[in-house]
Amino acid sequence: MKWKMSVIVRTVSDVMVVPIIVFGIYLILHGHLTPGGGFQGGAVVASATALLIVSNGALKDYKGDFSTMESAGLTFFFLLAFLGIVMGFAMFYNSLAGTGGIFGGTVMSGINPGYINTGGTVPLMNIVVGMEVIAALSLILWMMAKNSGMMEVEK
Amino acid sequence: MTLYYVLQLLVLIGLVTTAAAVIWFKDLISAAIALGASSLILALQFYLLRAPDVAIAEAAVGAALTTAIFIFAIRSTDRTEGYR
Repeated sequence: MKWKMSVIVRTVSDVMVVPIIVFGIYLILHGHLTPGGGFQGGAVVASATALLIVSNGALKDYKGDFSTMESAGLTFFFLLAFLGIVMGFAMFYNSLAGTGGIFGGTVMSGINPGYINTGGTVPLMNIVVGMEVIAALSLILWMMAKNSGMMEVEK
Repeated sequence: MTLYYVLQLLVLIGLVTTAAAVIWFKDLISAAIALGASSLILALQFYLLRAPDVAIAEAAVGAALTTAIFIFAIRSTDRTEGYR
């Protein structure tokens, strides 16, 4: 049985998916400056998947892609955790802070608007945790919707 | 400051009302929607208590994801409450 909502609901949800995903990616990338982070941004992006599944009733076969993305996120998280040991410090040590590379800028003292190019490994861990949470929650939603008959898999 | 207390009172009334509605509804999809509304009001309360981090997580997970998962689960079982 094909579950599908009206054309108004489908069009509005197709349009609204874009700002929801952009807001989730903003929450992930600014996790070390503003409220939010990997888990919150990932949950916001995964709610866009829920919106697509509920409104359209069909989604392509993304099971393998979500599974690969989740495994890659966890693997990069552990590699970033062991980077501290490799650089000669303890595990989870923020060994990239203030070294000048990507996300390695020095933090200004005093009141400032917040610079995104700081934080060391913290924003990188936010990004990989965001990847993992997006993939895991979307995979849960995809499997639940497929097995309850609310979604059919597009070829 | 008066606005703060009025908002707290409205949030309290809304939380109790939606939580009672979750128990009162026999239609499980209505109960799931009421649980999502309760979660959204709880997110507003977290924001009023200056925990915007928890508020974002509560709004995304409680109002969007668990409501969708509950509805998927209800569609593959019975819609009304009761024993068979």
